[in-house]
Order: sequence, then C-alpha cells, then structure tokens
Amino acid sequence: MNAPTAPASAQGMAGRPAWWPRGGGPRLAALAYLAVMLFVPLGVILQDGLRAGLGGLWGAVSTPVAAHALRLTFWTAGVMAAINAVLGTLTAYVLVRYSFPGKGLLNAIVDLPLAIPTLVTGVMLVVLYGPQAALGAWLQDALGWRIIFAPPGIILALLFVTFPFVVRAVQPVLASLDREQDEAAETLGAGAWTIFRRITFPALLLPVTSGTLLSFARAIGEFGAIVIVAGNIPLKSQTAAVYVLGQVESENRLGASAVSIVMLSVAYALVLVVDWLQHRRTAWVRE
Amino acid sequence: MTAQARSAGQPIVTAGGRAMTRGLGHWRRRVLIALVWLYAAFLILAPLAALVRGALAQGVGAPIAALSQPDVRGAFLLTLQTALVSVAVHAVFGTLVAWVLVRQYFRGQRWLSALIDLPFAVSAVVVGYMLLLIFGRNGLLGPWLSRLGIQIAFAWPGMLLATLFVTLPFMIRELMPLLEALGREPEQAAATLGANGWQTFWLVTFPALRWGFLYGLALTLARALGEFGAVLIIGGGIQGRTETATVFIYRALDERQYVGAYSAALLLGLVSLGLVVGIDYLRRRYEQP
Repeated sequence: MNAPTAPASAQGMAGRPAWWPRGGGPRLAALAYLAVMLFVPLGVILQDGLRAGLGGLWGAVSTPVAAHALRLTFWTAGVMAAINAVLGTLTAYVLVRYSFPGKGLLNAIVDLPLAIPTLVTGVMLVVLYGPQAALGAWLQDALGWRIIFAPPGIILALLFVTFPFVVRAVQPVLASLDREQDEAAETLGAGAWTIFRRITFPALLLPVTSGTLLSFARAIGEFGAIVIVAGNIPLKSQTAAVYVLGQVESENRLGASAVSIVMLSVAYALVLVVDWLQHRRTAWVRE
Repeated sequence: MTAQARSAGQPIVTAGGRAMTRGLGHWRRRVLIALVWLYAAFLILAPLAALVRGALAQGVGAPIAALSQPDVRGAFLLTLQTALVSVAVHAVFGTLVAWVLVRQYFRGQRWLSALIDLPFAVSAVVVGYMLLLIFGRNGLLGPWLSRLGIQIAFAWPGMLLATLFVTLPFMIRELMPLLEALGREPEQAAATLGANGWQTFWLVTFPALRWGFLYGLALTLARALGEFGAVLIIGGGIQGRTETATVFIYRALDERQYVGAYSAALLLGLVSLGLVVGIDYLRRRYEQP
C-alpha cells in the first residue's frame, strides 16, 4: 500500500493502476513468460502423477518393467559419471598444464558434443558399432562384445553427450590455481603423483563433483542418443526415457507420469545441489 | 675438506635428481597427452568419421539425391521454421528474463533463477508428454481448444512450444553473467543524462551484451534444430505434416533407408556444428576482453 509512493514515482511509474507490479512491465512480462513456459507444464505433470497419491505413484514405478528401466538408467548413468570424473579431470589437466601441437583442436573437440544433436550422436554410434558395421560385427564375432542394443552402447552414448561437463567445470579452476604450493611440495621432495593427490586434487574436488553430478543429471533424461543405440527391449535395454515414450503410446498415463516425475525430481535435485555448491564456492572465494 | 666436498658434491646431486625427474616428467607428459587424444579420438572422432563414411558409402551423388527427396526437404524446412521462430521468441523474452533476474530484486528471485535450469533436467520425452497432458485429446485444455477449432497437439504449434521449452535456458544463462559483469553504473549514468528506459537499453546495455547475445542465439538455434524426443511425442511424427529432420532420420533408420538417414544426420550435425563453432570463433576474434 505504501510502496507505490516513493520508489514507484522514482522509477517514473506514477499514474499506473494499483495492481501494476512494482518492477513494472518488464517484470510482469518476464514472470508471465516463465509461468506459461515452466510452471504450467510442471504443475500438470505433478498433478497427473500424484492423482492416485504417493502410493499410486510408488505402485506405478515399482512394476517390474518400470523398475528395471529406472535401475538401468541409474546404473548406466553411474558408470558414465565415474568414467567421466576420471577421464574428464585428466583431459582438463592435460589441456591446462601442458602445451603441445594440436592443443587448440583438442580443446575444440571437447565442445563438439554440445553442438551435435543427440539423435545424430546415436546414429554415429550405430554406424560405427552396429551389427552391419565392420567394427561392430568384428567385436561381436571375435570378442563376443555386444555394444549396440546393450548397456555398453548406452554408456558410450552418455559419455559422448556429457564429455564437456567435467572438463569445462575443472578447466577454469585448474587454470586459476596458484603453482607456488606445487613448487614448495616439489622442493620438499614430493613426486608428481603426491603433488596431484595432496595439493591439486583437493582444490579440484568441488568442480569435479559439480561436473560429475551435472553429467549424471543430464544422463537420466537422455533420449535421442539412446533410443537408437539401446533398442527398446523391456527388461533388457529399455531406459526410463524410452519407457515413458512406450507408455505414452500405449496410453498408460499413470505409468508415464510416475516415471517422469521420478526422473525429473532426481535430475532437478542434482541441478539444485550443483547450484548450491557453486554458490558456496563463490561465497568462500569472496571471503 | 668435508665441507668443501659437500658443497662441491651437492649441486651435482640436485642437478642429477632434477634431470631425472625432468626425464620422467617428460614421459609422463607424453603418456597423458596420448591418453587424452586416444580417448577423444575413440569417443568423438571415430563415430564422426564413421558417419561421414556411412553417408558417402555409395558416392557423393547418393546423399545429394537422398536429401533432395521432397519429404526430406519438407522435414528440413519444418525444422528450420520451428527453430527460427523459437530463436526469435527467446531473443526477446530470454533477454527480458535475464534483465529482470539480474537488475531487479523481488521476493522468490533466487528460487526463480534456479528454476530456469529446469529444462536442462527434464527429459525431452517428458517435455513432449507434459504438453500432451495439457493439449492432448484428454488433456487439460485440449477438448476446450478443439471446440474452438485450435489444434496444438500433433500440429506445428505444439512442436513450437516443445522446442521453446527445451531451449529456454540457453539465452538467459548466456546473458545473466554478462549483465552482472556490466553492473548498474553505466545504466544509471545514462539515466542521469536523461536517457529513457529504451534508450538506455539499446545504447548502453545491449552493445555490451552483443556477442553473448549472438552466441546465445547460435546455441538456441543448434539445440532447436536437433530437438527430437519432445517434438516426436507432441507432433506425433506424421509424415509430410509434423515430421522434422530428426524425426525423419529416426523413421529412415527404422525403414532401413540408411543412406538417407546417415546423410540427413550428417547435414544436421554439420549445420549445428558450423553454427556454434562459427559464432564462437567470431566472438573470440572481435569481442573486447
């Protein structure tokens, strides 16, 4: 009530109706846009999945096919995240600490997966490892390794899609590290591995964790790269996103909504954790 | 004598020790670089090369012939149309949201800002499904809209909404740090010199955001061109009507039209890649640090 007097006239908003928000037209437009784009779809799916209460949601999620799809999604994403944490950190380390011919090219390759549609990623992997491909046939016949239509294909697709996540999280932090501690440790006789383990890695713990969690969150919902690579065999190679597609097509609304809500909540919770970790880091650096 | 020997001997030991670690470090360096190149080649480059080879397996003419089929051209045109409209919408509203979130203070702002990342966490399939729950036959608004003769699900408006949802964060997340870095002072200075809101934005704020804005456009466009899951579900993949480039690739693979699928995938990948790499190059070249 008392708000419109001082700040509103200062912002040149005198003469506007009483319901006009204090931030003016831009804020109203921005909030309306976000409400239409984000709140409404989110509200609708939450309402639909919780129609039958939490018990109903649990029932729909724990049917054998749905539970298997979720388990497969989480364990392949977990394996991907572990590989990504190690090799992503290594890639960032090499890119920051060493100079070598082709470094600019390697740095550009890291961003490639961000620019390539994920469906195209899936097509690429099928062309290389599919049963019709020379390499894929050889791996299958000579070594008995099945990659396409099996978990290894899913993990490869996820690794491709999330390749930049850990690298790009670690790179700037590693570049800003002070090298004096390394030098001090070296004069005290520490080897390179000890220096990395005791000095460099503790400083990288936060960015490595953020990048790994984000790649895991991204992997939970991945569809385009996986739908071609994984096949669609229930209880074998069907991931949660592909399961939702199947339930939508066969009009099992509760199954689709329930699994969607689980995927969405886990992924978004991870995004929020990463957001919080990064805020904490900037606050800590400012102090 | 002993002191002399020690002082004479010491440099030799450290020099030798240092030379040894440098030799070892040299090898470690080579092994690590080779390892990272090997990983990138195995993970990224080999599949990329395989796709190029797959598309060109029957000569250069085959992909050109496959891509000039009317249904393929139609699918690419539909993708382009959807992507361009999405980019135009986000160019306006993305900038607006970024500005409001950085420049204004209101209750729940932190919370709202965290919500911007939601589309990163939502599966494309779930996006399509959410829209179907709103606009589908048994959806929230579907029956009511169809009585008015408006069709959104299984039609272009639904595909546009899906693409808009999926590409929402790119522009906003690109511009927010730039706005924060710019600070309020230039805008306040312009205001004290008598500029109105629009003049301040166009003459002071926007020039500072220019390259970030273009990069945001490129990321949004690349993501919109490649969207698949959401568009497949809300559009239904009706051949000749709601079939985008990605949906065509999916169908072509299913129907074993491999040359068509591989060449369309290659074209789509090259366009997105060229867009992002090109704008990034221009930005690095012309942006003032």
